[in-house]
Amino acid sequence: MSAETAEFPLPRRDALNTPYWQSLEEGHLSFQRCGECGKAWLPPRRECPHCLSPEWRWERAGGQARLVSWVVYHIAYHAAFKDRLPYTVAVVELAEGPRLISNIVGAGDPEVLRIDQDLRLAIEHEHGVAVPRFRPA
Amino acid sequence: MRGRVVIAGIGQTQFGALPDRTTISLNAEAVRKALADAGVEKSAVDALFVKFPTSRFEAMYGQTLAGALGIQPRIGGVWDQGGATNISMISFAAMAIENGQCEIAVVTLADNPKTGTRQAYEKAWGEDEVFGWFGVPPGYAMIARRHMGEFGTTSDQLGAIAVACRRHGAANPGAQLRKKLTLDEYRQSRIIASPLRRDDCCLVSDGAAAVVVMSAERARRLGVKAPVPILGFGQGQTSWEVAQRPSLTSTMAAASAKTAFAMAGITPRQVGVAQLYDCFTIAVLMTLEDYGFCTKGEGGRFVEGGRIEFGGELPVNTAGGLLSETGMPGMQLITEGVRQMRGTASLQVPRAEFCVVSNQGGIMHTHSTLILGQPA
Repeated sequence: MSAETAEFPLPRRDALNTPYWQSLEEGHLSFQRCGECGKAWLPPRRECPHCLSPEWRWERAGGQARLVSWVVYHIAYHAAFKDRLPYTVAVVELAEGPRLISNIVGAGDPEVLRIDQDLRLAIEHEHGVAVPRFRPA
Repeated sequence: MRGRVVIAGIGQTQFGALPDRTTISLNAEAVRKALADAGVEKSAVDALFVKFPTSRFEAMYGQTLAGALGIQPRIGGVWDQGGATNISMISFAAMAIENGQCEIAVVTLADNPKTGTRQAYEKAWGEDEVFGWFGVPPGYAMIARRHMGEFGTTSDQLGAIAVACRRHGAANPGAQLRKKLTLDEYRQSRIIASPLRRDDCCLVSDGAAAVVVMSAERARRLGVKAPVPILGFGQGQTSWEVAQRPSLTSTMAAASAKTAFAMAGITPRQVGVAQLYDCFTIAVLMTLEDYGFCTKGEGGRFVEGGRIEFGGELPVNTAGGLLSETGMPGMQLITEGVRQMRGTASLQVPRAEFCVVSNQGGIMHTHSTLILGQPA
């Protein structure tokens, strides 16, 4: 399967995560915050992973974040990513606490990034879907 | 129960490409050899624990295997903790024996991802797929990068682990990869997911290995030749996915080792040889730290200068490990630990009173520790 014909793995929406993706379309990255214990998290869950409460709300992130770690793919594990090599995937921690997998863009040589460096949210469109990426702040 | 349960027999198939063999057939061969090694009749086996083949998940696999082996276990089944499973099953078998639930347990693993399917490796990465987040090596690379950033660990230090395992594998007639590796060759090795290179990654292998577990008392009555006492075991499960893990550079390996060392009544300083799960070089480095062979952050310096090679202070993976003997998820480390304690290893470490074995699974999600002693 060539990169041209490989189906790009777009997120599958369901009742739980639709507000998350909808929010990105509107220019905001959202996360969940527990109404009982106050902890915040991603990815979307039906119960708070800290106190197991089903009472939570969506909250908008300010866009500030830090780089926990990153890797640079030199081989593609999915045909749709062959043309993008090398590309960077990172663990990012939002200022509000939740962590997520993302891409780092606009960094030049990814090997010179530093752990814990400041990042800024950069929402980009991927095959028509708004996704949260980050660039060095 | 320190030392009251033993590993009485070990068995294994060839490692490498074994086309036209099912995992059932590979398990049967390993079990036959382990029973012969222990000198035990199959009819005496009353427990069967099996790790499901990583290459393919199959419901009720434990019963399919028991049927093929002609065993009706009093207790048994399939356990899934990824690569931590084997030690966990041996621990469970030991506790079951100690508590009268069974008397002679067979613990076995077979896998054929090299010539068969790799279906079970194809984890669903969910919504993170949109970012290109696929594959197991990049997960370990994410951890390695953080370790480098926090502690100054270098690629050459990871390379020293690959060099050690490959040297040991080259001396093992049964190893799948018997080609020594120099640090220069390591540096030239292709980058898979930076900072990890191909030679940081384990082999892909077909094969099986099995052990026979029973009480020390039963082994004595049966006249088992070299029963290796199980002195301690422990487990720990980090569980969080890599992205959600509060710390990327330490795992529940620390809790696992603490339990095992307390049970054995020894300290890492007394351990003369170690078999540490080396699916990726970084896993060995972090296990050395989490087990207390060195402090957190010192793992890179610890593995330098041949310290973990044969002849060094703490030889690690003396048969080659996952990087050189076989990519099999973990049982080969246990069988090599047994050989070291019996004094029958290819690269026999002299004067090693204790051997510690680590198993771990997922992307450092699960961990299990086993401490073995010399036959009485």
